[in-house]
Amino acid sequence: MGQLSRFWRESEHRYRLLGTRCENCGRVYFPPREVCPTCHRESIGKMKDLELSGEGVIESFTVVHEAPPRFSRQKPYVLALIKMEEGPMITGQIVDCDPSEVEIGKHVHAVFRRMGEDGDTGVIVYGYKFALD
Amino acid sequence: MSGIVTYGSYIPRYRIKPDEIARVWGENPEHIKNGIYILSKSVPAPDEDVATISVEAARNALKRKKIDPKEIGAIYVGSESHPYAVKPTATIVGSAIGVDFSLFAADYEFACKAGTAGMQNVKAMVDAGMIKYGLAIGADTSQGAPGDALEYSASAGGTAFVIGKDDTIAEINSTLSVASDTPDFWRREGQPYPSHGERFTGEPAYFRHVVTAAKMMMERMETQPKDYDYVVFHQPNGKFPTRAAKMLGFEEKQYKDGLLTPYIGNTYSGSMMTGLSSILDVSKPGDHILAVSFGSGAGSDAFDITVTDRIEEMDRNRAPTIKKMLENVRWVDYAIYAKYKKKIIVGDGIE
Ligand SMILES: [Zn+2]
Repeated sequence: MGQLSRFWRESEHRYRLLGTRCENCGRVYFPPREVCPTCHRESIGKMKDLELSGEGVIESFTVVHEAPPRFSRQKPYVLALIKMEEGPMITGQIVDCDPSEVEIGKHVHAVFRRMGEDGDTGVIVYGYKFALD
Repeated sequence: MSGIVTYGSYIPRYRIKPDEIARVWGENPEHIKNGIYILSKSVPAPDEDVATISVEAARNALKRKKIDPKEIGAIYVGSESHPYAVKPTATIVGSAIGVDFSLFAADYEFACKAGTAGMQNVKAMVDAGMIKYGLAIGADTSQGAPGDALEYSASAGGTAFVIGKDDTIAEINSTLSVASDTPDFWRREGQPYPSHGERFTGEPAYFRHVVTAAKMMMERMETQPKDYDYVVFHQPNGKFPTRAAKMLGFEEKQYKDGLLTPYIGNTYSGSMMTGLSSILDVSKPGDHILAVSFGSGAGSDAFDITVTDRIEEMDRNRAPTIKKMLENVRWVDYAIYAKYKKKIIVGDGIE
């Protein structure tokens, strides 16, 4: 049940790539932060919600062959570090491609996908993954 | 008056050919292709379902026109393959696009016409002044039993329409429906695959409802087939809509742009709506469209639509057009298809 409430609490930022922007220095954070790690006290009350565009560039990636059971129908799959247009770095799966097509510097966009499910009877968890442009 | 303010579709990238399905089940592929006129069908990725397809279609609609999601007062999602038996797809879509807490929402089911029933519902709410914008989505990830004739056609995809009064790109001049209790196709609760009453699928179900609804609409609007630039019907295969069009007196140039089933298969609740989306991709101000859906069980929803001048102001390429989604494909064989569609069951601990 603890896990269920965590999924629910985080669902808005996971569904919409909802981060925060520090109005003091302009830096954007994802996942959202209450306080800017650069501006500290000066950012208090100045952290505003910002929905990321979903556009980004692959900074680094790895091909996962030894996948957890929930990825058995998707392996091997690509896990990448993506530099988002607004600045934050996000880790995400690259879907709908052959691992050989993935390269550092390629442009990607966020897509809404199933992240996993709690067996046949539990909740389905949704969130962002990425696809090559 | 009210109509379509923006629109968006989503078709999964994977495709399978009937030749590949026929190879596994020992059927003659030419016989299948000629019989139902389906040359390929879309296959959802293992992490796609009606909720993800609905969200992508809705986001594509919002890419074409920036409207504040908080002004969308209603969401209705029509499907026969909602991911949950109990828990709405509509609220997942609402959360993913960032709508307000104050929201009319529900999932609809009426075989392949649940999405167009949603369009009628939100149009009525807009006309009644209950909401500013309403979002109606038709989407499916339909299943055909392995080896069943439906396996060649049952595919995945969906389309979203935002309906409102202001800034419409296409006015919905009128809508009407017909319905009757017909046992042409059904799926009982808890069953993974549908059943069909073979002798009911053609004449008493599809043709009776589609043709009657189309004729009733033309009578009401005092129009004739030649008055329409485009016509689009529900497309369970590539043959039925063409035959319905010819029965009514329409020509190929009127129905070809909305006919997608030969390339993507039958997207069920998404079928007619995605055909209409494909027409909106290419239509010009003043174009007159007749659109008729069909849902087994059975009924049809008809729409008389006129494209407005505002379609020229919309940058339709801000979201992928149907043409683009037809080009950007990845082919799979039957084994990969069976794995993706969970026709291969694995043991505990493996998945
Ligand atoms: Zn700062």
